[in-house]
Amino acid sequence: MNVSMEFLVASGIGWVTACGVFLMLRGRSFPVVLGLTLIGYAVNVFIFAMGRLWTGAQPIIGNGEVVADPLPQALVLTAIVIGFATTGFVIELALRSHHESGTDQVDGKEPGA
Amino acid sequence: MSMLSLLSPHLPVLTVLLPAFTAMLLVLIGDSRERLVLTRRIALASVTLGLLLALKLALDANGGELRVYRVGDWPAPFGIVLVVDRLSALMLVLTQAVALPVLLYASGGWDSHGRHFHALIQFQLMGLCGAFVTGDLFNLFVFFEVLLIASYVLLVHGQGKERFRVGVQYVAINLAASALFLIGVALIYAVTGTLNMADLAQRVPLVTGDEALVLKAAALILLVVFGVKAAMLPLYLWLPATYAAASAPVAALFALMTKVGVYSIVRVHGVIFGADGGASALVAEPWLLPLALGTSALAVFGALAAQTLPRLVAYLTIASVGTILASLGLFSTAAWSAALYYMAHSTLVIAALFLLVELVASQRGDADSRLEAGAPVAQPVLLGLMLLLAAASAAGLPPLPGFIGKLMVLQASSGHDAQVWIWIVVLSVGFLTLVGLARAGSLLFWSTRPELAGTGTAAGASSKLVLATIALLVGGVAMTVLADPLKRYTDAAAAQLTDHRAYSLGVLGGEGVDTTRPYVFPRPAAGAPAGQGTEGGP
Repeated sequence: MNVSMEFLVASGIGWVTACGVFLMLRGRSFPVVLGLTLIGYAVNVFIFAMGRLWTGAQPIIGNGEVVADPLPQALVLTAIVIGFATTGFVIELALRSHHESGTDQVDGKEPGA
Repeated sequence: MSMLSLLSPHLPVLTVLLPAFTAMLLVLIGDSRERLVLTRRIALASVTLGLLLALKLALDANGGELRVYRVGDWPAPFGIVLVVDRLSALMLVLTQAVALPVLLYASGGWDSHGRHFHALIQFQLMGLCGAFVTGDLFNLFVFFEVLLIASYVLLVHGQGKERFRVGVQYVAINLAASALFLIGVALIYAVTGTLNMADLAQRVPLVTGDEALVLKAAALILLVVFGVKAAMLPLYLWLPATYAAASAPVAALFALMTKVGVYSIVRVHGVIFGADGGASALVAEPWLLPLALGTSALAVFGALAAQTLPRLVAYLTIASVGTILASLGLFSTAAWSAALYYMAHSTLVIAALFLLVELVASQRGDADSRLEAGAPVAQPVLLGLMLLLAAASAAGLPPLPGFIGKLMVLQASSGHDAQVWIWIVVLSVGFLTLVGLARAGSLLFWSTRPELAGTGTAAGASSKLVLATIALLVGGVAMTVLADPLKRYTDAAAAQLTDHRAYSLGVLGGEGVDTTRPYVFPRPAAGAPAGQGTEGGP
């Protein structure tokens, strides 16, 4: 049971990261932003998983044998907030860049133009 | 007096709170035209206060005091600690010493070219100071983000197509680096169960076997992250275009940002994964020195090939970072001391150069900052002498401090396997820097087109702008006069970095705690005490 959960989470993180890296290597800023967002999601789940995966463990304090590690959860919250803010900013910046240069190609000109 | 003694234990957190509250105040005041003078005064007063605060901390640190500030009085490693040792205090002084002239320069007009310039500078300073005082790896990430977010906006200050184009690339590469930073930090936490730097320095040597491999991977991921910030060899490609596109005061302030990467490499790869790191000791050593020498060498060729003045200075920034990292890569206290001395000096000179080239470019009419024959400048003697001084400092000609710094690096490398390479690269980079700047200087001041005279600004630069630039140059020169006490300081700072025991005693008190992990390892890992944890918190 435990093994399959870890396998599922690990391969899920891997797949999302792979998609994120693929998108990030595109030449237009919109896919790049999407790629960064996907990588952000994958990293968040990764941090969460670094506190180990538990089923039925106590949150913080209780009588049980094992307790889930609360610290990675706190780290993930911080990372989510920061990631959200920076994504918002980069979208705005990409839009503005698009208005300035007339294209969302990363080098500022359409291919072949 | 009682007010002072009341504040005294809170000085480390004040270095962060002062710019934070100043920034909030500046946002509240707003940035309308009629309030510009008021915001300038507040910003300058705040940075002056910050400089005094940093000097006070440096003087205390010089006496051997290790200031530990427990935020909310939570005991380490459960809460976040701020630690001011000699290195942190040095970085704080350097930050404020660059920020003050840069603010003065920006008050000469640049700050009115966009919105909330002064508030953003303060946010940037908050991130920089926070990164330099924090004793926690995750907190370091948070302060990295603070300074980066401020820098994203500062970069596009003044706007324009080119700034937005490089802005998107700059933000994208830094977001990718931030994701890697989180992965590295999470891996370190997964293996050691702590992110407190003092605690990590104690726990990392205890990790063995497979877990040490994970830890090494994490350390190298962090080397990539800090390499991006510091602009190390394969990761510096973002820097020249970015710094060249930024407005002059912003680029001068950004000279500090590469040093955050260097500082983090010292803390993480020099101390935590340093010589005492057990199975994961010196994990960065095979990479750091060759990459650093390569950075220096390639960057100086970039400087020779540069088509514009800001790009030339941007490449010199990278070359100086390469020299610093090469010295760090020697992993000895003498070499670290040399690296710290050279870092302080090169940051001042690079910041001065960024300001200076804009002063020159603004007087060259249509040629502007392009390296081609243009209109003769209005103040050839003044600006020419300033460029000569800056160039000699950057190239490392005696008796300027660049020379002392490089001499220290060369001395520290004696006996090292790569000594020959270090000598060749450091000396030829110095020579080629001089060639690059001499080429720029002769184009700017001698190879002019007199028929264009009068197309540039005839009035010359305002005294405020010139003064701010001279202040940075004088700061660099003062490092020669004060070379003896400064070298003793950096020697002591480097020695303090290797003293893990005093650091952990100061931060954790006593021997520290057994583990901070609230759960037991599922499998008994031989020789990994982090796994044999007790349950529950303090």
